[in-house]
Amino acid sequence: MGLFILRRLGVMLLTALCLTFIVFWLTNLYPNLEKLAKTQGNFRMSDEAVSSYLGNRGYLEPTPMKFGQWLGVVPGYVTEKDDGTIIARCFTSETAVEDRPTFCGILQGDWGFSTVFKDDVGSLVALRLGLTGKLMFFVLLLMVPSALLIGILAGMREGSKLDRTLSTASIVTTATPEYVSGVIFIAVFASSAFGLKWFKGSATSAMDGANFENFFLPVLTISLYGMGYIARMTRASMTEVMTAQYIRTARLKGVKFSDIVMKHALRNALIAPFTVIMLQIPWLLNGVVIVETLFNYKGFGWLLVQAASNNDIELLLAVSVVSVVVVLVTQLISDIGYVYLNPRIRIS
Amino acid sequence: MEPLSWTGSLGGLNLFISLALAVMVIALVAQIIVGIIGTAGGRAINADGTLASDQGLSGFIGLIARYAFYAVVAIALAYVIGGILLGTSAGIIGGMARQLLPVWIALVATFAVSITFKRKLGLYGKLFDSTVGMIGFGLVLFWVFTGFFGGMLDLIVTHNTLSQFSGMKNELPGMPLTGAEEGDFQWFLLGGDNLARDVFSRLIVGSWIVVVIAPLATLFAFMVGITLGLPAGYYGGRLDTILSFLANLILAFPVILLFYLLVTPEIVETGIPNYMAAVLFIFPVIFATVLLNSRFYTQPSVRTPLLIVVIGGLFWAYLSLITNDGNIVANDDYKIPGLPQLLDWIPMPPEILVVFVSVVFVNSPTVFRIVRGLALDIKTRDYVAAAQTRGEGPWYIMLWEILPNARGPLIVDFCLRIGYTTILLGTLGFFGLGLESESPDWGTTINAGRRLLSIYPHAAIAPAVSLLTLVLGLNLLADGLREESLRD
Repeated sequence: MGLFILRRLGVMLLTALCLTFIVFWLTNLYPNLEKLAKTQGNFRMSDEAVSSYLGNRGYLEPTPMKFGQWLGVVPGYVTEKDDGTIIARCFTSETAVEDRPTFCGILQGDWGFSTVFKDDVGSLVALRLGLTGKLMFFVLLLMVPSALLIGILAGMREGSKLDRTLSTASIVTTATPEYVSGVIFIAVFASSAFGLKWFKGSATSAMDGANFENFFLPVLTISLYGMGYIARMTRASMTEVMTAQYIRTARLKGVKFSDIVMKHALRNALIAPFTVIMLQIPWLLNGVVIVETLFNYKGFGWLLVQAASNNDIELLLAVSVVSVVVVLVTQLISDIGYVYLNPRIRIS
Repeated sequence: MEPLSWTGSLGGLNLFISLALAVMVIALVAQIIVGIIGTAGGRAINADGTLASDQGLSGFIGLIARYAFYAVVAIALAYVIGGILLGTSAGIIGGMARQLLPVWIALVATFAVSITFKRKLGLYGKLFDSTVGMIGFGLVLFWVFTGFFGGMLDLIVTHNTLSQFSGMKNELPGMPLTGAEEGDFQWFLLGGDNLARDVFSRLIVGSWIVVVIAPLATLFAFMVGITLGLPAGYYGGRLDTILSFLANLILAFPVILLFYLLVTPEIVETGIPNYMAAVLFIFPVIFATVLLNSRFYTQPSVRTPLLIVVIGGLFWAYLSLITNDGNIVANDDYKIPGLPQLLDWIPMPPEILVVFVSVVFVNSPTVFRIVRGLALDIKTRDYVAAAQTRGEGPWYIMLWEILPNARGPLIVDFCLRIGYTTILLGTLGFFGLGLESESPDWGTTINAGRRLLSIYPHAAIAPAVSLLTLVLGLNLLADGLREESLRD
């Protein structure tokens, strides 16, 4: 088990390195840098001005070198301009000479500086992640219990009317992407056109104080799309368990149906959905980006859109590191949890 | 002119359809509750000693639910038929039903022919045995025909999708067109958007973009996934490790971040999407070549001419797919020339190519994983061992033994994946990536409409509901196919 986790951690590290390098390479292509220079300087910069702007800030070094600087294994660039001013990655001209560090990358805990928000990337990401964490918490709170309930109710009597109805409902929710359900919810429950102004169409106020009125629609929108999938997986697992021999034995012994479901079937039926729920979390990230854009909730997804559309290199890298880590960690947890929950695998 | 109401002169039916719907919902709920409580029907012993049981309470409620459902379907049909006959005097629904007349004819014809010959049509025919499958297939076919007649043949659309009509900005559904000429269609059936364009016509034309790109992109993703997944599963070892690592690498990317990285104009300028297109689109050519070669290499007299024709045709298609204005890649620094304009028979606008490539790129790793898993499972079967004993080559075994036996799950996944691709295309449009902002495709329209959502929701709701029905249709179709393919 220890070796397994160690090997998985190694692969994780390699994947994260490869992915950040790809993001780094794509964001550091020359047209992207040119756009960055023009948005940071001014839009009427000549080509020479652009290249001197980029050169002074270390953008024109070879990509592996820049990547090393970002990681903190290569010394940060230091450019001395003709007029004696110094531009450097790790310090400003005000920093005292003896305090100037040579390395500053993520290994030193320095995530860089956001060119869009003019702020430290680390604190920016932490702040936005907190807001999205709040959203995700409520999403999981709504999605997981209702999906499991739907799946178990549908799966306990395969082919019954309840099963048909719930299965159709879960197909409908899996066919409704967040931007469709969000648009319909806002139009029906928050617009003046239908007259039902039950909720707010914007979740901006939920960042400070979330309440039912301004937070329910975004939470529901994200939950619905994932809910159907988890419910269908739970149903499949439940129907499989309900046909098992030991359930038949229990029925023949005369155990009450509710006891069979609650005491005998449930524990075995919940092994597969655990994996599915864990693997669903990275998918929720997509929903988060869409919903945060639609409801104007300034969390992590909103940050991703801002970083990506403005080619804010260091912010984008931090965002992708976070999302890749989320993906890989949930995969790891789902693998370990599966082994832990299923004694048959553990023994063999 | 008066604005149209939703149902016009057929308004008398509204009461009945709401009544039937209410009865259906109540009966369904009652049936579920009764089902949980569980009541046994009364049993009677016949004179000959056999036992007869009535349906009981739950059966009775089920009967009511079924008849209410038939009533709803019948009234809905009445709206459509009344609309075809009466046109806009039967309201907005009537007007749309009249405009969609070619679609109805094509739908009825397809269903009539398919149901008549369903026993001779294999898996496709079996689809017509399952209600869910038929509903799904009907929804999908509706959009396919709508896209074909509207987007391709320009039959259904009422107004030009790009022209703006003064005074029609954000108008509600059913408003008459101000300053209409003699030959013009007199109404905006689904209202106007924030640039005073007709929502209905844009919806119809937009469906063609989705209906063409989504299945084709899925097909390419399957070609890539199958061509790489079969050897990975069959050979295993280092090849499998490397390919799986690459697939997981792409899968670990958040899809939206990947789209932002690939589809922005600056990246398009560097030509990276064109290189990716050149790599990804070669897979169908490789697939077809290996497929035919592994089967016919023992008969060179058949194989050689066949391969020359097939490779020649496919390679030509490949080149004209990736060539744009005579160049494969064209950026500021250099150009790679491709086919001359004269031979370039597939017009592929650059922005569509970029969208296409990124959707294929996102989908293929998942297909790869599915195919690899199936190959790992199937390669242990006896018929594979028999083929190995016969001395068949590995590619013959992969493509002619393993692949046909994996077709069931693959067909089902193909339907689901078209739906997922449709969702992805919508996501791209929703973030304003790839397609131009005046493009009528659904995602872009939703994006344009969402800014005024709380005041004029109709411009965003129409494409949202359309996308929902298409994806729902594909999911139901997949469900029906899965059920029918499991049956035998």
